[in-house]
Amino acid sequence: MRLRNVWVYGFGLSLAAMVAACGGGGQESATSSSAPASAPAGGAGGGGKVDPATASDVKGTVSLEGTAPSNQPIKMNADPVCLKVAKGDQAQETYMVKDGKIENVFVYVKDGLGNYMYDPPTGAPQIDQKECRYHPHVFGMRVGQTLTIINSDPTLHNIHAVPKTNSEFNTGQPIQGMKTTHTFTTKEVMVPFKCDVHGWMNAYVGVLDHPYYAVSDASGAFELKSLPPGTYTIEAWHERLGATTQSVTLGSKETKEVNFAFKAPAAPTN
Amino acid sequence: MLHRFAQFVAACTVLLLLAGSLVTSTGSGLSVPDWPTTYGWNMFTFPPSKWVGGILYEHGHRLIASSVGLLTIVLAAWLWRADPRRWMKRLGIAALAAVILQGVLGGLTVLFFLPAAISTAHAGLAEIFFCLTVAIASFTSPRWTRGEDRVDDPMLRRLSTTTAVLIFVQILVGALMRHTDAGLAIPDFPWMFGGVVPDHWSSRIGVHFAHRVGALVVALTVFATSAHIWYHHRASTRFTRPAGIIAALVLVQVTLGALTVLTRRDVWINSVHLVVGALLLATSIVIALRAWRVRFGLADAGVDDVRQSADQAPRSARPAVQPSGARA
Repeated sequence: MRLRNVWVYGFGLSLAAMVAACGGGGQESATSSSAPASAPAGGAGGGGKVDPATASDVKGTVSLEGTAPSNQPIKMNADPVCLKVAKGDQAQETYMVKDGKIENVFVYVKDGLGNYMYDPPTGAPQIDQKECRYHPHVFGMRVGQTLTIINSDPTLHNIHAVPKTNSEFNTGQPIQGMKTTHTFTTKEVMVPFKCDVHGWMNAYVGVLDHPYYAVSDASGAFELKSLPPGTYTIEAWHERLGATTQSVTLGSKETKEVNFAFKAPAAPTN
Repeated sequence: MLHRFAQFVAACTVLLLLAGSLVTSTGSGLSVPDWPTTYGWNMFTFPPSKWVGGILYEHGHRLIASSVGLLTIVLAAWLWRADPRRWMKRLGIAALAAVILQGVLGGLTVLFFLPAAISTAHAGLAEIFFCLTVAIASFTSPRWTRGEDRVDDPMLRRLSTTTAVLIFVQILVGALMRHTDAGLAIPDFPWMFGGVVPDHWSSRIGVHFAHRVGALVVALTVFATSAHIWYHHRASTRFTRPAGIIAALVLVQVTLGALTVLTRRDVWINSVHLVVGALLLATSIVIALRAWRVRFGLADAGVDDVRQSADQAPRSARPAVQPSGARA
């Protein structure tokens, strides 16, 4: 085992123990992952916790204007096992569009939060290599949270993260059912994952130091819950269409709608 | 026999270069995340049923490299035992050291996630090792040891040496381009962003531009060398043959370079482009060595006789091979 991995696993296990001590949780969805702490507010920049009595929500949808390019077909001939486990025609998940609404857009608070303190995350994010694809394709997690990486396929995978600010890692999982963990130490939107064995496999994780993030669901909807009053920059990120931002000002105990619209590329880009 | 074996090692090295270029062309460099093991297996016991996707290229490259390493051990031992020239024994050891270092560099590229510096060094050392095997094959050839067709042409020595050096530098720039993902930094050909020179610059565009300019310089130098040979040494097939080959190779290489851009880096075109580059370098080395043969004087003349008599004569009676410095 490489020295780097020893450190990574050691650090990951330590943080996993801390997180476990604070309680576990379920999977994340189109709503923000974990509610902020319910302690008295210290005010934006005050280093305190968010006051639930005044917290507000942001809801919205992400849409695609124009015709979505068709997703690039995937040929899994390179691995007979993939051909066997992935039934039917396969294609990339670049543009998951239905009725003009687009899935797999990462929406998060980019700016305006100050330095609130948040409870440790309660979710247990995981990425599964199943039917020679990553599940989920886009997701979010917190700095210091433990990501569980699973290989559910009866073939080999290597999961290779290619971050710009966090440490790169490349872990082999040759046996079905193998699990490994990883912890990111710095916020970064987004960290790409790829499998060098199966070149079509890719996924993205947004790593943040706060809980205000979500991934648009099949109807393009997202929700950021329990934000303290204030003015925020919200960003929507898509793996091929790039990122777009909007500003929103939240008062006390209100729900505001923020909708994003990407323009479809003129020509297929995937 | 030794000459034939050295040729065989050089040919296997071409195969190794092709395997290595396929690894980078298919983006499979990190498909086996560990080294020297393969997914925890000993490299030689890794089940063939698991050679799938990118693993086929990366693991295949490792196995071919191991085989070439083994052949190099045999070559070095054979030279040490059978070749009476001390510098040839050392050349064999140098080739062995190069292939070992090459293996270590290959491992480091995996462990450090293909850093451009190490990957480029790996590519550069691969060419140096290949040149060593080609040189050993040349030095062990009967025509070399007999000192046939020696010519004393200072201009040819300068031209051929310059050509070999320029091709090597061009290969290094190409390797840098490949390992910094700058292969399509200038996406059009023969123009560059629609003009004769790029209308904007970045480090990747600069590397790509340098490779295109380098191609032009190398092509001109190769043609100058070939023209010189055809004009001054037309009677010597020892020179006209490689001169014709290198001129043809440079045309093929430029075409492959253009097609690499136009096909958006088709895997096989991109890989063969690298191999033809190595063959260009090898041919230039052969021409340069033959041009410099006269400077080896008669030192190697009679090596065959020495080799044959070495087993028969007592050690004290063996004829010494003295560097004469004499010219033809």
